Amino acid sequence: MAYNWNWEVFLQPSVTGDDTYLGWLLTGLKWTVSLSLSAWVIALVLGTIVGVLRTVPNRWLSGLATAYVELFRNIPLLVQLFIWYFVLPELLPPALGDAFKQSHPLWQQFFSAMVCLGLFTSARVAEQVRSGINSLPRGQKAAGLAMGFTLPQVYRHVLMPMAYRIILPPLTSEFLNIFKNSAVATTIGLIELSRQAQQLVDYTAQPYEAFIAVTVLYVLINVTVMFLMRRLEEKVRVPGFIGGK
Amino acid sequence: MYEFDWSSIPGAIPLLANGLLITLEVTLTAIVVGIVWGTILAIARLGSNPVLSRLAAAYVNLFRSVPLVMVILWFYLIVPQGLKAIFGNDIGDIRLTSALVAFALFEAAYYSEIIRAGIQSVSKGQIAAGLALGFTPGQTMRLVVLPQAFRNMTPLLLTQAIILFQDTSLVYVIGLSDFFGTAYKVGDRDGRLVELLLFAGAVYFVICFSASLLVKRLQARFAK
Amino acid sequence: MKLLPAVLTAAVAAAFLTTPAVAQESATLKKIKDTGSITLGHRESSIPFSYYDDKQQVIGYAYELQRKIVDAVKAELKLDKVDVKLMPVTSANRITLVQNGTVDIECGSTTNNTERQKQVAFSNTFFVIGTKLMVKKTSGIKDFPDLAGKNVVTTAGTTSERLLRRMNEEKQMKMNIISAKDHGESFLTLETGRAVAFMMDDALLYGEIAKAKRPADWEVVGTAQSKEAYGCMLRKDDAGFKKVVDAAIAQAQTSGEADKIYAKWFMNPIPPKGLNLNMPMSDEMKELHKAPNDRAYE
Repeated sequence: MAYNWNWEVFLQPSVTGDDTYLGWLLTGLKWTVSLSLSAWVIALVLGTIVGVLRTVPNRWLSGLATAYVELFRNIPLLVQLFIWYFVLPELLPPALGDAFKQSHPLWQQFFSAMVCLGLFTSARVAEQVRSGINSLPRGQKAAGLAMGFTLPQVYRHVLMPMAYRIILPPLTSEFLNIFKNSAVATTIGLIELSRQAQQLVDYTAQPYEAFIAVTVLYVLINVTVMFLMRRLEEKVRVPGFIGGK
Repeated sequence: MYEFDWSSIPGAIPLLANGLLITLEVTLTAIVVGIVWGTILAIARLGSNPVLSRLAAAYVNLFRSVPLVMVILWFYLIVPQGLKAIFGNDIGDIRLTSALVAFALFEAAYYSEIIRAGIQSVSKGQIAAGLALGFTPGQTMRLVVLPQAFRNMTPLLLTQAIILFQDTSLVYVIGLSDFFGTAYKVGDRDGRLVELLLFAGAVYFVICFSASLLVKRLQARFAK
Repeated sequence: MKLLPAVLTAAVAAAFLTTPAVAQESATLKKIKDTGSITLGHRESSIPFSYYDDKQQVIGYAYELQRKIVDAVKAELKLDKVDVKLMPVTSANRITLVQNGTVDIECGSTTNNTERQKQVAFSNTFFVIGTKLMVKKTSGIKDFPDLAGKNVVTTAGTTSERLLRRMNEEKQMKMNIISAKDHGESFLTLETGRAVAFMMDDALLYGEIAKAKRPADWEVVGTAQSKEAYGCMLRKDDAGFKKVVDAAIAQAQTSGEADKIYAKWFMNPIPPKGLNLNMPMSDEMKELHKAPNDRAYE
């Protein structure tokens, strides 16, 4: 059966009259990007804290941090998302759970997906942070302490600045992953890019155009992020050290 | 407070076990095909033929920049005619076939990057030595480089397998009843979604956590 | 082994000779004959039309008609047995899956309308519904205007989804529309309090109530926003297949068989909970059974 290509379909107003189909795509892009960026902030902050805790000389703290990482790394992202979205509101005190469930659906979907993606990725970031810190020569920490810094100060001024630079490449790939993983939010109905791809198939009956357009947008996101992270790597490079060439 | 009722789980064990078999089928197929196809891609990428090398790089980069959800949907909604042309009309459950193909092709891109790094970790001297012994380049790759490369990257390949095992839950988007899909359906059917989702999470955790402990032990032994 | 080619040739020749004329012009019938199998698209939670019972077996009013159609196809092609494959579809992917050849015929709860006729063909109508609302009895919601500013759920890819969105656009009702994956998930959304109303075809709403934990808590309200005809979906431009399917449905309707199936699913207790939907036949349905047709309402 010959396929009727029709790229102009994106310029047509949607049958529901709220926008053009191109507008639907851009809405999807907007949600994908804002979900990924806000989850990334959570992942960086929590991942740094947990990663640092895994390296501190306190069995309880490091044990707790290890448990956190193992928990979020060993349950599939989709299952975690459903637990955040379907299970948690039922376990909250009824008043709080109902308030959440009666809020704007988009907000519920976005909030669940953001927290889920953020925590899921934070466990991975924590592993990178830990290996970054562990890869530094032990003398650095000793030197910092000998100079009279407190342990938090040693982390803040000596260890972390180097560790971050070392783990920048793996962090870049985690950052890229978060954009890809954000597509999982389609399962709870958030109108991000891959959801819009499915809606476009349903509404326009032009499946190839819809899927190609959305795939291209994901590739573009990927290329843009890689470009920006390369620039960042060049900028923070310490001459004579790893990555400094 | 929410009142838990776990009573629908025991009766659903046979259904859930069936689902787990589907999960394992997708995982194992993707591992085997992914590693074989990934090795070919890695060798093509590192090889001297510029066209093959570019094609392999384009394949890997494309699959690595698109979400797995999209890849699964591509193979389910968009290309079944192609699949039918290849496998014939009698391919049974199109959802399973398209999931198997999607996962295998997708994982190959990730495995190929691991394998490429593994090949590059073998020192150049080894290749020179192999060639000096009179091996052809193909023989050198097969008999000298790959055995060492695979030994070096086994832990990484296994870790990727655990991630893959978790990712197979995404077949939910095409309605295939893997372990997670079955748990969801049972929960929906009995109005006990909360319990079933928590149960599914616990099962995944136990399996993946044990597997990752095994990988760690293996890694320690390799490091010796 | 020279015998084998000879036997094959004879078999092929015989196949050609016995193939009815209609199979020649229908791609779908030819495929069924060649492969000996047919793939039926069904729903997972379109109660009471097409859904899983608690043993994951497909049952329902539309499914029974679908099996009648399979029998008719078998008779038409003079096949002893046809391998029946079942493929669950959702509202959002059913049209694509019929178009791309994954399923040969879908019977469930699909409305025949002119918009969809551009993409697929429809069989004779087998049911007529109106789109209404399911709400909690205590909610105080009586009709569509009460929904302004509220969370409303419907199933993705249905005519109700389009109607709701259009209502939002034209009447500026500022409803927050949640599009769930399937009717089961839509009802879950309503039941857990995420939405105050579930808009869907009335028969399906009664079906969902039959599944609810406390059926007495729910009711179906509102002025029907549209009248819609359900048909089985087929690929376009396959007159030969459509003729067989239409005849099978018309035969069931005029012979009184469809009345019996109707009574079984709408006037008697049905799985999974053994609840009776108590939906007497509407005038439209009676008329349809007297004069089978494939007309869309819009």
